[in-house]
Order: sequence, then C-alpha cells, then structure tokens
Amino acid sequence: MPEQTFQDISEMTYEQALAELESVVQALERGEGTLEETLTLYARGQALLQYCRRLLTEAELKVERLTAAGTAEFPAAGEVE
Amino acid sequence: MQPSLFSFQPTIPTWSVAELTAYIKGLIEGDETLEALWVRGEVSNFKIAASGHAYFTLKDDRAQLQCVMWKTQVRLQRREFLPRDGQQVEARGAIRVYEAGGRYQLYVEMMRPAGEGELYRDFLRLKARLEAEGLFAEERKRPLPRYPRVIGVVTSAHGAALRDILNTLRRRFPLVRVVLAPTLVQGDDAPPQIAAAIRALNERVQPDVILVARGGGSLEDLWAFNSEDVARAIADSAAPVISGVGHQTDFTLADFAADRRAPTPTAAAELAVPDRTDLLANLASLEVRLRRGIEARLEGWRRELVAYELTLKRHEPMARVFSQAQLLDEIARRLENAVRHRLALERSKVDGLAARLEALNPQAILARGYAVVTTASGELVRKPEQAPPGTLLHIKLAEGEVDAETVSSVQAERDEK
Repeated sequence: MPEQTFQDISEMTYEQALAELESVVQALERGEGTLEETLTLYARGQALLQYCRRLLTEAELKVERLTAAGTAEFPAAGEVE
Repeated sequence: MQPSLFSFQPTIPTWSVAELTAYIKGLIEGDETLEALWVRGEVSNFKIAASGHAYFTLKDDRAQLQCVMWKTQVRLQRREFLPRDGQQVEARGAIRVYEAGGRYQLYVEMMRPAGEGELYRDFLRLKARLEAEGLFAEERKRPLPRYPRVIGVVTSAHGAALRDILNTLRRRFPLVRVVLAPTLVQGDDAPPQIAAAIRALNERVQPDVILVARGGGSLEDLWAFNSEDVARAIADSAAPVISGVGHQTDFTLADFAADRRAPTPTAAAELAVPDRTDLLANLASLEVRLRRGIEARLEGWRRELVAYELTLKRHEPMARVFSQAQLLDEIARRLENAVRHRLALERSKVDGLAARLEALNPQAILARGYAVVTTASGELVRKPEQAPPGTLLHIKLAEGEVDAETVSSVQAERDEK
C-alpha cells in the first residue's frame, strides 16, 4: 500500500466520508499493508465512522430563503414559520 | 281628503304585503324550470354565518342573484370546493321566495368552478403538445443524487407543504441545506412565480435537487401546476426536480415534467433524501466489518509470531545441550532398569537352584519317613541276602538311630522273576 496523506475529515461531506470509509473497510478486508499501515487505516476508519455518525445524529437542518440579494435565514427573526 | 284616492276601491282590491308575497311565491315555486336549475355567475360577498349557512350573491355584468346555501350543504360543499369572491361558479339549486325579506333567491345545493370542462380540454391539448415535443420523455429524467447537500424548495412560505417538507428532511437527513424560493401556489400569478423560482434556484444556488410542492386542493387549485411555463421550467431545470403537488389521483403537467413525482410534499421530501435510520444501520455494519478486518489482520500476525517463536526455540544453542542432557538421563535410566532386571533374574535362578538342592538333601528324605540301613561294618543294605536272620543292623532315622536284628527276609518279588 502506498504511503498516503489523508484529507481533513471535518471538511468532508457525508457522501465523501462514507465512500472513504467503505474503501477503508474493503482494504482492511483484503488484508493488504504492513502492521503500521493497517493500524493507521483502522484509526482512519474509526474516525470516518464517528464523523458520519455524528453528522447523522447531530446535524441541524439549515433553512434559508432566496432573496433578491442572495439567501437569508429562514424563517427570519420574528417571522412565524 | 282626496276623494280620487277612494274612487278605485270598488273595482281593484287591495292586497296585503303577505298576500301579494304569497301569491308571487305561488307563481315562482309552481314553475318547473325554477325548481331545479344551474346558474353561472361571479361570486361576491360570500359569507358563512355563525349559524353555518352560507350567503352570497351571484352576478354578471347586468344582474345579481341572491343565494343561500344551508349548512348541511355547506358542509358537503366544503369537501369539494368553496368559492372565493370574484370566482366564476356554476351553482345548482331552486329559486324560491324569501317572504320575510321580500325577495326571491337561489337555494343552492352544490357549486363547481365554472368552465371546469373547458379547462380540462385545454389541459389535454397542452399535455399532448408538450408530450409530442418530448418534454415528458423517460430518457429526459435525471437520476436523483443519493446524498444531496443543497435542496431547493419551491412552494408557499406559509403553507403546510413547507412545514411537512422541513419536518421530513429534519427527521430523515438533517445534513442538508434547504433554500426556499417562496412563491404563490395558486392564482394567476402563481405559474410565472413558480417558473421563475425554479430558474432562480438553478442559477443562483445550484441545488442538488429541487422540490416543487403544495398542499392538497381541488383540481382548480392545482391549476398553476398545469401551466406550460411551469412544465418547461421543470424540464429545463439543471437540478432534478421532484414534484409533490398534493393530489393522489390527478397528475399535473408539473408531475409529468418532473424527474420524479410524489403524491404529497412529505413523499417528495422522502424521495429526495435517504433515511438516517437506514444510514445508521449501514454504519453499524461497516463498524463491524472494520473491527473484524483489523482483528483478522492482527490474529494473522499473532499466529505468524507464534510460529516464528517456535522455530526460534528449536534453533537455540542451549536447547541442544538440554536435549543432550535429557538423552543422557534417559540412557542412565534405561541402564539402571536393565541392571535391576538382570539382578532379579539371577536372584530367581539362585532361588530355583537352592530349592532343587534342598530336594536332594538325604536328611530331607529321612524327614519324609525313609530310613538308611547299614550292617555292622557300615555297608548300605540294599538286598535281603546282605542281612540273613540274626544279622545286626544299624538304622539311621531323621531324628536319631536305632540298632536292630533281622528276623526274616524275603526277596522282593520283582527280583525273583
């Protein structure tokens, strides 16, 4: 397995994190790499897993409204949904 | 006094108001045509009173007609369609006279929007035209993204549709950013607003998917979603569009043009995003595979290590010394065993010889009751001739000796033969 640098997880979308998690699992299951690489891979998998799980359980729906200038918070302060 | 006023009295009878009204009532209510008819007109002053009855006026450019709808009918009507002021409707009912108010009015049984039949024919014509153009073609349909990040929503900012969509997204997949493009969803201004909202979202937000939605309503209320403008905006949208215009049975042109059609706004939102319950279950199974993966690898290495350890032990120099010593011990033990065995064997041989020797001891024979007889000269007596009567004999017994004299002798028979 080639030496690899990992992307910063906190900037990943759910889809990206999930895709990488799946490839990490597959690589582990194929049994490639040295002990050290394997341990790194496992830690990476755990981090991705926790990130995905946290996204799903802690994310708050962001709602905006299209305005002439761009987008704005919705409902705006005082506006009843 | 004006006598002229009284001069008519004998020839023309005077009616009371009630009598006259009753007379008119009889004329009107005796007319078959007026018993059951459809009237078309524009609704104005539509009001449902506290009693539940509805009062309104039907009018056109030249006349007005007072209308009443009793609350039982209002309740039924409400399920289908309630008119708004200014709307053209067709009302079915009977003309009767309201005596206390001094007027005739239409007692309405039911109403429908005017020109529904014509609207439907227009709809079919437009649909056929857009279909022929390929606007609804299956191959135009775009796949929906699995994990959308930005969802555009075109609907009223105040309706139940928006609330349902937001609730569904929050419940299933709250990691999305929702951008609402608020529009009217009914009335003449709705179609251009809806079409413009779809275009604006595509140009300015580039959402991964767009929901075009409104809550349930009558066919006429959905009419905005049958406009050519809206259908084209949907078909031209860069982002795939899901329609959820709230009608189970009627398909609008928006539905046909959309990439996916849902019966309700909630269902549209469900189509747009995955359900996090499923996603969490999938993550759990990935977690199991991750753990099994690392454990299998580690177990493999552990086994390898154990194998190496064994090989190493076999090749250790001291191990040879130890095993030689063990061999020596083994040999010594075997030697000792052999010696011990041999000694036992010799001992048992000696014991056997001793027993045989003992058996040959004459004293042992005497012990069994035999005796040794000798003459005075010490000669062993074996035959009678050696001791004729009167011979002195010496007899040796096991436990002593006696002297005796021969009285008679007999030759053994065996010897006589």
